[in-house]
Amino acid sequence: MSLPLLDIRGLAVTIPTRDGEQAAVSNVDFTIDRGEVVGLVGESGSGKSLSMLAVMGLLPRHLHVSGSIRFDGVEICGAPERQMRSLRGRRIAMVFQDPMTALNPVKTIGAQISEMIRLHNPKLGRAEVKERALALLESVAIPAPERRFDQYPHEFSGGMRQRVVIAIAIANDPELLIADEPTTALDVTIQAQIMEIFARLRAERGMAVVLITHDLGLVAGLADRMSVLYAGRVAERGPVGPVFTAPRHPYTAGLLAAVPSIDDVAERLYAIPGTPPSLGARPPGCAFAPRCDFAVPLCRMSEPALLRFGSAVVACHRAEELSLGDLPRKEA
Amino acid sequence: MLKVVLRRLLVMPFLLLGIVTATFLLAQFTKGNPLISIIGARNLDNAEIVAAAKARWGLDGSVPERYATYVWNLAHGDLGTSFRTKQPVLTDLAQRLPATLELVICAMFVGAVGGIVLAIVSAEFKDSFADHLARLVALLGSCLPVFWLGLIALFLFTVQTKLLPGPGRLDIRAVAPPTVTGFMLVDTLLAGNWSAFVDALRHLILPALVLGWSVMGIITRMVRASMLDVLGQDYITMARAKGAGRLRVLIHHALANALIPALTILGFTFAYLITGSVLVETIFSWPGIGSYAVDAARSLDYPAITGVTIIGGLGFLLANLLTDIAYAAADPRMREAG
Repeated sequence: MSLPLLDIRGLAVTIPTRDGEQAAVSNVDFTIDRGEVVGLVGESGSGKSLSMLAVMGLLPRHLHVSGSIRFDGVEICGAPERQMRSLRGRRIAMVFQDPMTALNPVKTIGAQISEMIRLHNPKLGRAEVKERALALLESVAIPAPERRFDQYPHEFSGGMRQRVVIAIAIANDPELLIADEPTTALDVTIQAQIMEIFARLRAERGMAVVLITHDLGLVAGLADRMSVLYAGRVAERGPVGPVFTAPRHPYTAGLLAAVPSIDDVAERLYAIPGTPPSLGARPPGCAFAPRCDFAVPLCRMSEPALLRFGSAVVACHRAEELSLGDLPRKEA
Repeated sequence: MLKVVLRRLLVMPFLLLGIVTATFLLAQFTKGNPLISIIGARNLDNAEIVAAAKARWGLDGSVPERYATYVWNLAHGDLGTSFRTKQPVLTDLAQRLPATLELVICAMFVGAVGGIVLAIVSAEFKDSFADHLARLVALLGSCLPVFWLGLIALFLFTVQTKLLPGPGRLDIRAVAPPTVTGFMLVDTLLAGNWSAFVDALRHLILPALVLGWSVMGIITRMVRASMLDVLGQDYITMARAKGAGRLRVLIHHALANALIPALTILGFTFAYLITGSVLVETIFSWPGIGSYAVDAARSLDYPAITGVTIIGGLGFLLANLLTDIAYAAADPRMREAG
């Protein structure tokens, strides 16, 4: 077996608070191979974005990161800024969630794309940079790139801005693309276009994509494998097919049940009751237990370990006995 | 944008009229007799001299009459004649304004560059020792009175170490270059007098530093707050994710945005300094409009006082206008607005 492109082991991110260090992410393992698309799923605050910002080395200084992050076999957790800078934008690129705020409002679109090219190809001439930038705009289906080049972000629609953000991210043919909720802010038709771009890039350039999202439909359509995070820990991880058809963690099952289906229109939408624990208010035992329909006393006492079940890995005490394939859809 | 500028320009005369009226009335209701400085206290008993002086200086007639005359003359570019210098106020101002502007521009340079650098350091190293130190340095300039700072600076750099020259714009033994622009640095260069240029520059250092430091606090504070806000934005993380270096992120990406809200305070500070340089001008015997205003106020020289006020008001209005234009230049979103 070849080395994974990105291999995260035992990742922890702690945030200093008045009540001491609180773990926002703990003991997260995550791997992705070249050309693979892996979905990273969970509610807001589950630690998806934090984990990936840790990979980029972009977390605020006061957060403490520990564990091992190997990129292409090289340890980059706590690597010096100089080393990280040569990776960022060149080998690992990131697409941000909100296209309305990810572009610098006072720089032209052209300048922002060119910057990405020039930062990692300092020897390239002005004309060559512009040529490549225009080609990138074209590749993400921005019409009239010549004219658009000198415009500012506020002259672009949300969908176009997100495509610009993607164009910037793929400018240097990165091996790994971290897409943080790349379509959350967009309407469905644009969403489909963006997903198409990702699929094409993966096919054409062998780019690996980490798809951070809470949209399971996106994961189903694009990803090979998925990891479900809950309260900063891995709840379930495995190939998309088996996890979708036979989830073993009640949280995964709940997320799947929360996806609205086109068949039952009359039914009220299902929502997992309760909210994730806030930082520092983590219950003992399984963090999901207070919201779980299947919790037994054991769940509230000891934290379940990640164990392998078939092709998936699950952190649930009752994973073996529960069959959640067709989750009892409850009348809310 | 052009519309905004035109609208501003149209409103300007009316605002100026308001300023003139307020100043005129204030001067009229001030207790004190300007005749003392015109003919001397001894002659106040002599009704003949008093009447002649009143007629000569336009102090007879009722307040509305005098107001109407003043505004009428003003509309024709006549600011009246100074009771004290016996020269047209316009001539006095034309002689003194360049000196003030030269000082204020240099002080603004010190205050803006210093304030922005301190703000960047303190925002980048928020809550660290560097942050506290930068803010302390900025704050001290605002807290310490400029007249005290000016005296201490003169004591240290002129009296003690003799590093820099004392008050004035040039060495008293030097021959001033022919006045072309009134800006000593420019005129000495135009005259090709290099040593006089260096002399003028050396005379500018202390007052410009003292005055610049005094406004550094507010600039640092504004730019720091605005930098902290900008540094938390997504596009900053995005710039870092591109692989840009810290300095590039700070200057190219953050400062370019952070300066936009700070433009207001920069424009305002500049306008404030035009009339706010009084104390520094006094300490450093700087022949600008600040010291002119002080002398005018002492002798109840109405025309001169009103003249300085008009300059101050005009300064504010123009600074406002320039701020608007600078906004449009700095922020592409503003260009289409208005």
